[in-house]
Amino acid sequence: MNPYRRSLFIKIATVLVYAFLYTPIIVLIVFAFNSSRTNVLFGGFITQFGPLVMDGSTVVQSPCGPFHWFCELGKNAEVMNATKNTLTIAIISTLSSVVIGTMAALALQRYSFKLKPFSQLSLYIPIVIPEIVMGIGILVLFSQVFTFLNGAFNLAGDSRLTLGLPTVIVSHIAFSIPFVTLVVQARLQGFDKSYEEAAMDLGANELTTFWRVTFPMILPGVLSGGLLAFTLSLDDFVITFFTTGPGSTTLPIYVYGLLRRIITPQVNALSAVWVLVIFSIVLLIQKLQSRAA
Amino acid sequence: MLKRLRENKSSQGTLLISPTLVFMVGLLIIPLILTLIISFGKRSADGNVIYTFGLHNYIRILGISSDCPGGQAICFDPLYANILWRSLTLAFNSTVLVIALAYPLAYFIARAHPMKRNTFLFMVLVPLWTNFVIRVYAWMMLLRTQGVINSLLGWLAGLVGLHFTPLEMLYTPGAVLVGMVYEFLPFMILPIFTSLEKIDNSLYEAAADLGANPIRTFFRVTLPLSMPGVVAGTILVFIPVMGTFIVSDLLGGKQVILIGNLIQRQFLDARDPTFGSAASLILMAMTLIVTFFYTRKFGFGEEIVAA
Repeated sequence: MNPYRRSLFIKIATVLVYAFLYTPIIVLIVFAFNSSRTNVLFGGFITQFGPLVMDGSTVVQSPCGPFHWFCELGKNAEVMNATKNTLTIAIISTLSSVVIGTMAALALQRYSFKLKPFSQLSLYIPIVIPEIVMGIGILVLFSQVFTFLNGAFNLAGDSRLTLGLPTVIVSHIAFSIPFVTLVVQARLQGFDKSYEEAAMDLGANELTTFWRVTFPMILPGVLSGGLLAFTLSLDDFVITFFTTGPGSTTLPIYVYGLLRRIITPQVNALSAVWVLVIFSIVLLIQKLQSRAA
Repeated sequence: MLKRLRENKSSQGTLLISPTLVFMVGLLIIPLILTLIISFGKRSADGNVIYTFGLHNYIRILGISSDCPGGQAICFDPLYANILWRSLTLAFNSTVLVIALAYPLAYFIARAHPMKRNTFLFMVLVPLWTNFVIRVYAWMMLLRTQGVINSLLGWLAGLVGLHFTPLEMLYTPGAVLVGMVYEFLPFMILPIFTSLEKIDNSLYEAAADLGANPIRTFFRVTLPLSMPGVVAGTILVFIPVMGTFIVSDLLGGKQVILIGNLIQRQFLDARDPTFGSAASLILMAMTLIVTFFYTRKFGFGEEIVAA
């Protein structure tokens, strides 16, 4: 019997489900090259450089040709600011959660201590409670603490404590830690302790053993945990929504605000760039994991 | 002191875990406790919290009201109970649909040649990691009255010379269901795949040798052995569907209000954080109860980590 035999039903279902998964994404990308400004209907692809007649009457200068909406995106100050915020948050929260999460994975896998069962359990909480509950909780915490501190120290004007980049970053670190820890822990489970014991026997101290033996071996796990944390942070909407302030809008928050008012092909151009970035990151994670396996 | 620390494995472990515990306790456990405390409180005139102890917010959600149209002392106001019920049924329906769509695909990937498996998995991961809000937007484009689907149907109708009235698809409960299924489908595919991949091929051979036809083999071998994946996937789909508010907000408009929308509005528009906190805790209780009974019945797989 051929182990790879699959019935016709399975094959047809598979094609249909993949079509369901990809049609919306393809439509998004196609409309990023739309030669209609309203983006309600597809007016055909933009084919020319320079002046361009849109929707029958409006003349638009399009030095970028087919990439008109991508250039418009680059000129949009709000988008650029949101991109800067998104990347700042993602980079800081990834670096922090990778260090903290790797430490936690080592602790849980290599040591026994009193708080171990509690620690392991607490890492599963974000998986079993809805994200909105965590977001609301953090919002309640910050708003109550800030109200108290602002009152206690008579803070007013610019020195008032408000929601902003720091609150978003701290929250992102919090939800990324469990994911990094679980990924690195899985990597630690699969490796032979005798390498470390050999290094110690040969006279290496614990620190040398860690940097020369343990760390290189768990590096693929650490990197894929980091990439996971990075994508989670880039992608996050709910937690950011409740912890963000006026000056710390991220891309998902910006797009959400836009969608409730107007729709322009700029959003599609943004989506196309986004899909490309995510595509590269996922490819990288897969390469790392197949090398690790 | 440093030397003693080096000798003591237990304090080393505690030292390594402590930053994690600071975050988990500070930004997860304390906020949950604070949410609980606030849910017993009252809203002040300027939208702040007055710390009291009362169950009024919970009584209000359950629909027990003393402000009755008929003048009775107590009556049932189903406003919030309806929202809870709608969220539960939507989460149930989405999960069932997601299982139906995910299973064949997961099965296909699990039985694909090992060389091709990663490519097929990669194709599941790309939509999963494409931003949530952007994916909802894609469905807005597809479902709008003048959207892609209606344009396509209109064009087809034109070809055969039929008159076509565009379908009203956006801002309906159906749109929300489709959006939820689309958003969370990959969360079901991955754990089912993980458990199907583990099934030893010799089991299929044994079933075939013993005369079982493919359908019997599926129900007696494949399905039972893949249940841990289905359970893990159900948890990963059911919980977020219960709490999501963007999908219903953008695809359901004012037609479909779920508990997530209710909570969000209490914190932003209506500004009663105490009522929002109570609703948030009810949501958490509902998901935990469902998860608890579900996992007790079917067991809890390690597949949840795989996704």
